[in-house]
Amino acid sequence: MKKKGVQLIKDGRRIDGRAFDELRPIRIEVGVLKRADGSCYFELGENKVIAAVYGPRELHPRHIQDAKRAIIQYRYNMAPFSVDERKRPGPDRRSIEISKVSREALEPVIMTEFYPRTTIDVFVEVLQSDAGTRTAGINAASVALADAGIPMRDLVTSVAVGKVDGEIVLDLNAYEDNYGEADMPIAMIVRKNKITMMQMDGKMTKDEIKKALKLAKKACEKIYQLQREALIAKYSEEIEGEEQSDEQSAQWLKV
Amino acid sequence: MTEVVDELRRDYVCNLIRSGKRMDGRDFLEYREISVERGFAKKAEGSARVKIGGTQVLVGVKMEVGEPFPDTPDEGIIITNAELVPLASPEFEPGPPDENSVELARVVDRGIRGSNAIDLRSLCIEEGSKVWIIFVDIHVLDDDGNLLDASALGAIAALLDTKIPYERHGFAPCEVNPKTERLSVKMRPVAVTMADVEGNILVDPNLFEESAANAKITITTNEDGSISCIQKSGVGMLEWEKVDELIEIAEEKGKEIRNAFLK
Repeated sequence: MKKKGVQLIKDGRRIDGRAFDELRPIRIEVGVLKRADGSCYFELGENKVIAAVYGPRELHPRHIQDAKRAIIQYRYNMAPFSVDERKRPGPDRRSIEISKVSREALEPVIMTEFYPRTTIDVFVEVLQSDAGTRTAGINAASVALADAGIPMRDLVTSVAVGKVDGEIVLDLNAYEDNYGEADMPIAMIVRKNKITMMQMDGKMTKDEIKKALKLAKKACEKIYQLQREALIAKYSEEIEGEEQSDEQSAQWLKV
Repeated sequence: MTEVVDELRRDYVCNLIRSGKRMDGRDFLEYREISVERGFAKKAEGSARVKIGGTQVLVGVKMEVGEPFPDTPDEGIIITNAELVPLASPEFEPGPPDENSVELARVVDRGIRGSNAIDLRSLCIEEGSKVWIIFVDIHVLDDDGNLLDASALGAIAALLDTKIPYERHGFAPCEVNPKTERLSVKMRPVAVTMADVEGNILVDPNLFEESAANAKITITTNEDGSISCIQKSGVGMLEWEKVDELIEIAEEKGKEIRNAFLK
């Protein structure tokens, strides 16, 4: 963090031309993997992540099973080529922590009571990284869980806010994250106004945090709509597809 | 069996909370008894033994000379690690750091780093080739809940206790601190952990309270009014509207602890 002589904000615009409260472009594709029970490909600016869900499925070893509910296992992992300096394969301390807080962000909405003694495995792979990967991962994982048909109370939506050149900004890119003053990734249940993940790294005052949270909430409302639209699009497609194939098979029968 | 015990604990704690009480008679915003003993580990450059109720943590600081990171050739390095050793709890097993140990170390580290308590440039010996590397090692000795606050308090107290080991490394004192042997510590960040139990905010949750809580949040504050770390931990949700109150409580309790133990 904190490097001198680097100007991140010029004439009210950020280095990539965005306004302080502007999200990077988002692209969501649902059901992109064949083997996984549910999956989602998610782009947030230059970030590319893919989330997959397997489960509920059998859990071994038995001693970590929970007699009353499914356990959730979340693994955040970065591909070696996803960053500037090659990242050695395998979990590092940062990935371990991100996996923990991400799991804790999603677990509250999953109705684990329906599947005792099982595991629901969530895997997030970062294919390309430009800061905000944990937030992209959680957004993708929420959609993947829905795609897998796991019963949930709602989707979880995530975004990062921070402080860059003294200004409170939304959705920091890598440059802003490295040279800015603070980074605060959060996750929330938009409709219930509840926070399921909150971390702050850097230095902020109480008022700055307040301002940042307001910005984060507005952004989460937008992202939530995109998550929903992506799911609706995927499943309407399937229903239309079924209707069409019903018609086609009817034609067959006529002949 | 442990699941039954967990549930009984949770119910016990929740029932008490509903009638406005905590199991050890504390107020909702009250810490257990805290003690900070500096200089316990004589072979360390600096150390502190912290007790918060039944929780006990020993933090030792060691300093070595090494190469700086390539992208910060004029800055020293701080590395924080935590060991949840098996003697501290029946739940701790020997082996490499697990996610709780990793999270603990990283949250303590961020609180100190974010506050700029240590000016990393003052740790530079020879730009590009020699800098001081500060190792902050947290050794948890007894887990009765709220390891984080005890570890964070231990870390900053140990840093305040630290003497730079010039002779061992054959150096004359660094120009930045010509007369003092002690490490220069500019801020005293204090981490305050709060648990949300059915909507009630409890400061310094003990072991039972931690298992009853929906979620915990740790907020690290500094004497200049800034916040240098926030970490929500545990499976559970926080009310959006509560964040303000949580920050205020963290500031107030942080100030009390700083004045009492970090002079």
